[in-house]
Amino acid sequence: MLVPLKWLKEYVDIDVTAEELAHRMTMTGSKVEGIHKQGEGINNVVVGRILNIEPHPNADKLVVCNVDTGTRQYRIVTGAPNVEQGQLVAVALDGAVLPGELQINRSEIRGVESWGMLCSGEELGLTDDDYPGAEIDGILVLNEEYPLGMDIREALGLDDEVIEFEITSNRPDCLSITGIAREAAVTLDSVFRMPRIEVKPGIGDVNAEAAVKINEPELCPRYCARVVKDVKIGPSPRWMQQKLAAAGVRPINNIVDITNYVMLEMGQPMHAFDLDKLAGKTIVVRRANKGEKLITLDEKERLLDENMLVIADAEKSIGLAGVMGGANTEISSETRNILLESANFDRGSIRLTAKALGLRSESSSRFEKGLDLHNARAAIDRAAQLIQELEAGTVVEGVIDVCNGSLDDRVLDVSWKKVNQLLGLNLSPEIMKDILTGLEFKVEVQGDILKLVVPAFRQDIEGVADIAEEVARIYGYDKIPMTLMEGTVSRGRKTREQRLTDMAKEVLAGTGLYEVVTYSFTSPKVYGTIGINEPKDIPLTVKIGNPLGEDQSIMRTTLIPSILDVLSRNRNRGIQQCRIFEIGTAFFPKSLPLEELPEEIRILTIGEYGPGMDYYDIKGKIETLLKFLGLLDQAEFIPHVHPAFHPGRTALLKLGTVEAGVIGEIHPKIAGNYQLEDRVILAELDFDKLISMAQDQRKYKPLPKYPAVTRDLALVVHKDVLAGQVEKCIWKYGGELLEAVELFDIYMGSQIPEGYKSLAYALNYRAADRTLTDEEVSLLHDSIVKGLEKDLGARLR
Amino acid sequence: MQTKLEQIRKEAQNALEKLDKLDELSSFRIEYLGKKGKLTRILRGMGSLSPEERPKIGQLANEIRAHLEAEIEKKTRLLEEEALNQRLRDEAIDVTIPGKAYHRGNLHPLSIVLNEIKDIFLGMGFQIAEGPEVELDYYNFEALNIPRNHPARDTQDTFYITENIVLRTHTSPTQIRVMEKEKPPIKIIVPGRVYRSDEVDATHSPIFHQVEGLVIDKNITMGDLKGTLDVFAKELFGPRTRTQFRPHHFPFTEPSAEMDASCAACDGAGCRVCSYTGWIEILGAGMVHPKVLMYGGIDPEKYSGFAFGMGLDRIVNLKYGIDDIRLLFENDIRFLDQF
Ligand SMILES: [Zn+2]
Repeated sequence: MLVPLKWLKEYVDIDVTAEELAHRMTMTGSKVEGIHKQGEGINNVVVGRILNIEPHPNADKLVVCNVDTGTRQYRIVTGAPNVEQGQLVAVALDGAVLPGELQINRSEIRGVESWGMLCSGEELGLTDDDYPGAEIDGILVLNEEYPLGMDIREALGLDDEVIEFEITSNRPDCLSITGIAREAAVTLDSVFRMPRIEVKPGIGDVNAEAAVKINEPELCPRYCARVVKDVKIGPSPRWMQQKLAAAGVRPINNIVDITNYVMLEMGQPMHAFDLDKLAGKTIVVRRANKGEKLITLDEKERLLDENMLVIADAEKSIGLAGVMGGANTEISSETRNILLESANFDRGSIRLTAKALGLRSESSSRFEKGLDLHNARAAIDRAAQLIQELEAGTVVEGVIDVCNGSLDDRVLDVSWKKVNQLLGLNLSPEIMKDILTGLEFKVEVQGDILKLVVPAFRQDIEGVADIAEEVARIYGYDKIPMTLMEGTVSRGRKTREQRLTDMAKEVLAGTGLYEVVTYSFTSPKVYGTIGINEPKDIPLTVKIGNPLGEDQSIMRTTLIPSILDVLSRNRNRGIQQCRIFEIGTAFFPKSLPLEELPEEIRILTIGEYGPGMDYYDIKGKIETLLKFLGLLDQAEFIPHVHPAFHPGRTALLKLGTVEAGVIGEIHPKIAGNYQLEDRVILAELDFDKLISMAQDQRKYKPLPKYPAVTRDLALVVHKDVLAGQVEKCIWKYGGELLEAVELFDIYMGSQIPEGYKSLAYALNYRAADRTLTDEEVSLLHDSIVKGLEKDLGARLR
Repeated sequence: MQTKLEQIRKEAQNALEKLDKLDELSSFRIEYLGKKGKLTRILRGMGSLSPEERPKIGQLANEIRAHLEAEIEKKTRLLEEEALNQRLRDEAIDVTIPGKAYHRGNLHPLSIVLNEIKDIFLGMGFQIAEGPEVELDYYNFEALNIPRNHPARDTQDTFYITENIVLRTHTSPTQIRVMEKEKPPIKIIVPGRVYRSDEVDATHSPIFHQVEGLVIDKNITMGDLKGTLDVFAKELFGPRTRTQFRPHHFPFTEPSAEMDASCAACDGAGCRVCSYTGWIEILGAGMVHPKVLMYGGIDPEKYSGFAFGMGLDRIVNLKYGIDDIRLLFENDIRFLDQF
């Protein structure tokens, strides 16, 4: 909401600067977004009269003007085609500044000294809205008398300051100059003056000229209409144009300007119809028919339906109620007689219509927040008054006023003690009464109770909390003392899951991984990109009804594409090595269309490329995490096939019988889909499962008192036998005294038969209660060797 | 004989002084003190001495032997010391050569700052609650006093899944979920991911993160709101931080406020970071609206409370001086490595 300071001052005395006003208004709840200073950037430009014009001695297209600025005369060279003797013009004097930080200095032009410049409208940063004729080719010619030497900003009315307020949705009454004035008066402890509304007696009788019929009283609680005859359509006076332009509304003609002026002044949207184009001289407020069409004032054809409220005449719709008028009854230069509308419409209905048509207007944005029924009548009288004052037409006597809503006072009882309790203050009921009276509440104190009559324009006030806010914001939020909750002793601590999650992230970072954060919506095409093409393999997904684009239209079920995207982006930027992880939510609908909320599961995805990065690197990182979570003992990595992964370098992670995720090298074709030529290693684990299974209760095991015996074991096995199988087998036959098994060498080559490989292990034996003898260990070791031979066909090397 | 011995002593003494290598010491020892060494050889001539001279010469020989042994020992230690010093000199390194690259990764700045915020509130006795990102319209709007067709729905451009299911536009729905499950006193913060259909630019992202807070108990006041959030701001931005509360409007709180913190970049004097106002908007807050308490099954006659919500991404950017929110989601390693 743009509020020109001069206009505001018509309704309230303000003796502080715009900046001070802006600050204080912000602190009482009318937030100021900025202060625009009109004519900013114009300096030392004054009104002057062209006394005479001489030809330039050295240039055909230039002339030399003698210009009178009241106190002095200047010789100024100009090339403007429209310069004439006697004109009042804008003179930039020596040292003047124009918008765009353009400096004007005395200078010689083709041998003639010029003491300044005659300015065009464009050079002053003006449009026709600011001053009529500002956009013509040539210098700006002032079409009214101003004293010579007057600052041009004052002459053009460009010396005002315009304050821009952010008005919250609960305060539609502040979408008006008077609404802001009312707030300013309370804020500054000043006096608010409503404009005096007086309509002189009109001619004839409005009921003989037009009729209003409301078919939907719920959606149109009040409709006021007036008729004006013999209107003389023309420009509105300069002062009105200036005020409208300053408030950001383009002047059009006197009648339209008056309706806009009243809307800005009083917050009540209005409309003027060309009465002679109204079939049956009748206004009908009804629902649109399905498929009905209307060309609105912006010259767009709108397809309507029965959820939309229209203003119609006896035959056709002539406007979208509260949103925009129709072109078929628009005011034109030929218009003779008009019908003025000042109505009230249901906020929900207006919002739906505006949203359905994608058509937000100054009018709809006010109606959808809920307006005061009383104001409709006051505003139409104000408009009639202005028409009379501007002699824009002859007002017909009387108002057609169909009111189906309640005009009764709204009363509210509020305990002032409760107000204090909510705020943490100790204000007397008298102070509250003062504040609320200033806000135009009627207040009576009865014991603990404030008996209130709520001002009609404050539809947002419903109960004690609202009254507390009114009291607090005027009293001053800054005066509420800061306290810390008394008596609320509580235990602040993370849950086990939260603690483990946060620590797991630290562990992962400790293994060299960087945490990343990626979007949780993605494209339905990602499944193909990671090699999942069979419809039966593609999971059900949550689809967004109104996505920003196809690429962001489903909620992800896997983080693999997100992680590959990040790796790809880093690779494209020339980064040699990249190690990342994300713990992100994936979304799994139970059925489609979605009837209940989908299951949300946190997924841990790790991705790497670069020197030294291979399956064993990522496996080591996962083992580190599993050790932290107490899950390493039950972890098993089983060869696995997954369309996104290398068929020979991929494993399924099982924790006991639970499948917890996939780790492996990304299939080169899939990596290629992401422009990744390096080997890409990736793991995707069900993080929620890991956390829920975590064994974080640790118990101390006494340190060994007796020495261990270490024996090496070098085996030859068929190359398809997995190290994991061998180790499992060693443990199977090793019994209680076997303490640790470590694989320290793998060999394939000339020294062993083709198709075989050699695995070398260090085995640790230890008893808790004695030093083991060589015989004991040898017996055990032999039985392991026999077991390996029996189960896996292994031979000692 | 005595003269010979004295001569040997002198000779040995001189030879020893000239020695400067450890391995020469053992040949020196053999040369003089060995079984065939010079001293031993002279003593072999002892037989020709008179019985009176013998002990005297024997004593002298022993003295010389002991003396030479001690000298050798001394010299050994000296040379060892020198050898060690030499080695240390030889081993000198260029301490300015960069250290070995140690591969620790890092948490994302969003996690780092969130951890800080969580610590502050945990320290004040808050617990951490979480809620679903795909949320019922009821929790996201209705129960927060934002009925259908309320204009406030426009300011939160919503992604719809179905008519009744949305991507949550704020973390506030978790307030209601917690109220439904728990009885006061309630003191929680709710960090989480939220969604709004904004096109991406330097300050907007369709996905961002919030931290919500909710306190409900008997006699909770707006003074408590101010006090709690002032402590929070001082903990997060430094003890010199001042706070300012301005009236505002949110459908789910009444009275409502926005909190500004004094600009840490200029200490409130005004600079580019704070648009020369000295203040930076940090969060929205207010006393929980009685209707919202009732939706949560809590009697507003008995209990009151306050709630607040802040944009985590914005606070991260403020803390680190990041000028483009997109950097947080690009995940360039060179960016992530800076925190
Ligand atoms: Zn600053």
